[in-house]
Amino acid sequence: MDALSELMNGFATAAHPTNLLYAFLGVLLGTAIGVLPGIGPAMTIALLLPLTYSLEPTQAFIMFAGIYYGGMYGGSTTSILLNTPGESASVVTAIEGNQMAKRGRAAAALATAAIGSFIAGTIGTLCLALVAPQIVKLAIKMGAPDYFAVMVLAFIAVTTVLGASKVRGLAALAIGLLIGLIGIDPTSGQQRLTLGIPELADGIDVVVVAVGLFAVGEALWIAAHLRRTPADIISVGAARMTREDWRRSWKPWLRGTAIGFPFGAVPAGGAEIPTFLSYVTEKKLTKHPEEFGKGAIEGVAGPEATNNASAAGGLVPLLTLGIPTTATAAVMLGAFQGYGIQPGPRLLQTQPELVWGLVASLFIGNVILLALNLPLAPMWAKLLRIPRPYLYAGILFFASIGAYAANLSTFDLWLLLLLGALGFGMRRYGLPVVPAIIGIILGPTAEEQLRRALQISDGAVSGLYNTWFSKVVYAVIVLVLVVPPIVGRIRERRASRETPELQHSDRTGGQ
Amino acid sequence: MAIIVGYVPTPEGMAALDSAIEEAQHRHQRLVVVNSSRGESLVDPRFATGAEWHSVDQRLADAGVDHELVQLVEGKDAAEQILALANDLNAELIVIGLRRRTPVGKLIMGSQAQTILLQAECPVLAVKGKA
Repeated sequence: MDALSELMNGFATAAHPTNLLYAFLGVLLGTAIGVLPGIGPAMTIALLLPLTYSLEPTQAFIMFAGIYYGGMYGGSTTSILLNTPGESASVVTAIEGNQMAKRGRAAAALATAAIGSFIAGTIGTLCLALVAPQIVKLAIKMGAPDYFAVMVLAFIAVTTVLGASKVRGLAALAIGLLIGLIGIDPTSGQQRLTLGIPELADGIDVVVVAVGLFAVGEALWIAAHLRRTPADIISVGAARMTREDWRRSWKPWLRGTAIGFPFGAVPAGGAEIPTFLSYVTEKKLTKHPEEFGKGAIEGVAGPEATNNASAAGGLVPLLTLGIPTTATAAVMLGAFQGYGIQPGPRLLQTQPELVWGLVASLFIGNVILLALNLPLAPMWAKLLRIPRPYLYAGILFFASIGAYAANLSTFDLWLLLLLGALGFGMRRYGLPVVPAIIGIILGPTAEEQLRRALQISDGAVSGLYNTWFSKVVYAVIVLVLVVPPIVGRIRERRASRETPELQHSDRTGGQ
Repeated sequence: MAIIVGYVPTPEGMAALDSAIEEAQHRHQRLVVVNSSRGESLVDPRFATGAEWHSVDQRLADAGVDHELVQLVEGKDAAEQILALANDLNAELIVIGLRRRTPVGKLIMGSQAQTILLQAECPVLAVKGKA
């Protein structure tokens, strides 16, 4: 009951008019960028990081969380109406959603996506409020070796589970860790990888890295692929559902929530796998198997609920352990570090107003999102008419201002350009951006825990795995590495051609 | 020699197409229908979709006009495309639809029609949409 009374306090914080305004701004912005393919919540939050210099932490995080949730709502609109997923989490939605739209059922598809997202988001946030304090109780006992083990798990999971190629994922992670090393070694005071440039001694500001890799890299990538034949968009009125749609949707919503939340919460997150799992589950359980592939409402309801639940789940490791599982969470962690707040088990005690205000604002944000999305989906679709040169010129402008504002030095602008070129190169050669950004932001913290663990054990490697918790985590890591190839081989032998190909949008860097 | 018509899926575009068909029948000329987009936004309502484009084809076939459909995504303005095509085909006539625009709107947004009217080498027939 403790959590509930804390949550009530959180509502008092979130209901403050200023905070309500930021929540509204966040979800509005989130939906808009969710609708636009290629621009994800991670990029948007990165672009808005400079705001943290002047904003209170509570307000900034309420807005960021709104963007995070809003992106999940907006992505489905583009998936359904345009067959181009706005976010990587909405890739699966496009399979059935666009088919429904082509059959004149776009309104029902949009409605089931929005209502499913609302239900999953609300249940997910409730789970977050209930689970987080429990995890904190466990986490408070965790020592340096345990932390390091969990971070290694996060690194491994993000690089190998997501994305098409493990080698590319690991290469991207290595790039991220390398950039994270730049600066003065906190333990010995030595300069590392600074190339004798004094500006690099402080390390690269997280704003510059995030904006460079996401915003500038993506803008250059789009600029290189600007022309494309305009897609056919399916016009639609306000979203609504028939009684039959409700009857067929509510179970997939709940199942999607049940799949999404745990997947988001374990440090192996991302919404791609659970949404795909949800799709496969609905396909197996449906009473209308003949409709799958031709616009089955279950195939929209399930995955859309899943991606919102996993977004809520993703906040659990972020707030309780300080470990991001998605690019968006990684950038939010960067924002926490910018404020000098270390997310982790003590966050709930040191910043209860921030955490519970954030959780409460998620409930409010969900309601606003439902109100924004049900009647206004056609209006959001109009955003797709914005000529992309204008859009990306604006993004580059904000990116440059943000990078300059970090330290008011032109050096950062050159750095931004360099990192943007790196981001472009990574997209060009198919390296996923997410492991790199997680490496950059989590790398230094992981190093700190590693060295602390080694200092405690006086340099003995056994100090890294001498607790039961770390042993369990390392066992999980081995499973993560070993099981998928074996399962893949078994599946290959069965040569089942049933599962539809999952197109990965690693290259777009969104989410 | 040919007649070129700039087509967009709007009332103005339809009006232009109607007049162009009349002219083509009258002059016994080949009709070239142009629809283009700069391809910069993900959705361009002025770019004909497959179904719309097909219905245009159908109408021209029904009218018994010798015709050709051209859809272009080359990052150029529609005016540039039409003028270039008119030059290549040595066009006899260009038919375009006119939108209602306020003088200020024209000042800010520019006008494809104006570019064509001022720069075309051949006669231009400008048609207004049915209100």
